[in-house]
Amino acid sequence: MISREGLINTALVFGLLLVPLWAHFSDEPYIVTLSTRVAILALAGVGLNLALGLGGLVSLGHAMFFGIGGYAAGILASHAQSYTPLFEWPVVIEGTQFMPVIWLVAIVASALVALLTGALSLRTSGVYFIMITLAFGQMFYYFTISWPAYGGEDGLSIYVRDRFPGLNTLVPIQFFGLCFAALMLALVVVARIARSGFGLALNAARQNEARVRAVGIEPYRLRLAAFVISGAITGLAGALYADLNRFVSPAMFSWQTSGEIMVFVILGGVARLFGPVAGAALFIILEEVLGGMSDYWHIWLGLLLLIVVLFARGGLIGLIAGQARRDSAGEGGGHG
Amino acid sequence: MFSRTDMSLILLIEQLLNGLQFGVMLFLMSAGLTLIFGVMGLINLAHGSLYMVGAFAAAGVAAATGSFALALAASLAAAAIAGVLVEVLVIRRLYDRDHLDQVLATFALILIFSESTRWVFGSFPLYLDVPAALSGAVSLPGGISYPAYRLAIIGIGLAVAVILFLLISKTRIGMRIRAGESDREMIGALGVNISVLYTAVFALGAALAGFAGALVGAIQSVQVGMGEPVLILAFVTIVIGGIGSIKGAFVGALLVGLTDTLGRVLLPVAFGTFMDPSSATAVGAALASMSIYILMAGVLLFKPTGLYGSA
Repeated sequence: MISREGLINTALVFGLLLVPLWAHFSDEPYIVTLSTRVAILALAGVGLNLALGLGGLVSLGHAMFFGIGGYAAGILASHAQSYTPLFEWPVVIEGTQFMPVIWLVAIVASALVALLTGALSLRTSGVYFIMITLAFGQMFYYFTISWPAYGGEDGLSIYVRDRFPGLNTLVPIQFFGLCFAALMLALVVVARIARSGFGLALNAARQNEARVRAVGIEPYRLRLAAFVISGAITGLAGALYADLNRFVSPAMFSWQTSGEIMVFVILGGVARLFGPVAGAALFIILEEVLGGMSDYWHIWLGLLLLIVVLFARGGLIGLIAGQARRDSAGEGGGHG
Repeated sequence: MFSRTDMSLILLIEQLLNGLQFGVMLFLMSAGLTLIFGVMGLINLAHGSLYMVGAFAAAGVAAATGSFALALAASLAAAAIAGVLVEVLVIRRLYDRDHLDQVLATFALILIFSESTRWVFGSFPLYLDVPAALSGAVSLPGGISYPAYRLAIIGIGLAVAVILFLLISKTRIGMRIRAGESDREMIGALGVNISVLYTAVFALGAALAGFAGALVGAIQSVQVGMGEPVLILAFVTIVIGGIGSIKGAFVGALLVGLTDTLGRVLLPVAFGTFMDPSSATAVGAALASMSIYILMAGVLLFKPTGLYGSA
């Protein structure tokens, strides 16, 4: 028997697949691009949801990983475009426009940064953790602004979208296919993690830290591992986003980006596997509809978010599926 | 005239004063944040919006009346009123919620505040003029000439810090605030009207933020989004000082202000001793932009709850 949430999830996947296909055949490339944005932003949200929903880690610094992924793509592509190597010592490393390599670099780089910043910020908890992740994100923001080698404040352009073997990534629907596949893969990985022993222990550590400790599991390591995987997924989304816009800028690192990624997760429904997909889709639809009516549409977004937080805590999926968030009693930011 | 070492010493003292001025402003922001967290357990991202409200109120009143004193009074009043409204309408419902809900709701408030302000005042920055009496420079001993207004900010900030310490440690309302920090249920049971106390603390924090916004607005421009960079620096400050501690906020604010200001001046010079000038400037500037976060990381390594934090 399929639950109501399962039905919604299936509808979301088919919707996200069918809308751009329909748009492709009715010659509406703009809608294909919008759908690609939904897929990429949802992927970033899926990354955050692993830390936030499953681990209870309220990270306000995920723009850090989004930006690192983006700059990994931008920097590698810029070196490939100018035929200059990144490093000449100790070994010569050339730039590349080959997507699989770029993705690997984006994932590894954001995982490493997540390991470093996570190791520090997970020494604290609750409200300290929120502020510290926010601060680390801002550190990268100011660093990219003041580091002139890669465009500084002006950002960096990718003149021709990076390549993927066997596809023409310049065709919107083909690039959408790549992003959609990445999103589905990430959803499968996160779903498997949630059901694995690691995921169960992580979930338990959020609900009751003392008990997890009592059975001999160290929550710190679980959370650090979750934070690293979470950062890596959001980093991959950043690399895709760079290729979508063919442009990266320090704005990818800004605190607003962190806030928006969190909004995707919450609008959809926190700790639900497909919450970020619903949230990102709703966000883009709102941006198109409200943004078309008024330049000040963020006022309405803010009011909607306020209403969801104060009165409809399960988010969109929670409203439709009609069951409360299983963990609604979460205390003090999860592990305070 | 002066020898080179004299000149660089004067430059250094000027930068120390700049750092002090920056730190004092950060203290005004951080004191409210840390009080609100300490008493109500609330993380308020919209604190930067109250800073912006104060700056806009001051710029508007200064443009209408030409009086800087009235502008400062308006900043205090407008931010306090905005604080009371926000507390009664929204924040009050968040005290029993987890930090995630608080973050989201106050993030929503930022969106509403920022876009409404943009709607009313437009996207162009406003300017608030330094009052005529303070527009010149003051000669300090040792041949240092320093802007009178910045010196006044340091004085006002230190005075506010002293008043705040006295308010918290000597008065009845301060006693209630401290009691609220240590045991919320108990002071409610003892007959203190908790919800009035909470509104008052929130309004006090808001007024301090708005006041800081107005004072800084005369040095920088007054524009939408001016509050959030300061908010994040205030977070760094109270993480370093220890959340909930006013003393920690003061020490943290001065540390952050001095580290940031001196880092920007000294790091490029330091790298210039062994690198060519253009790359020394680049590397120095990039590292300087990270210096306070590195300071924060260093403090966290040794004291995860900050310098003066408990638990």
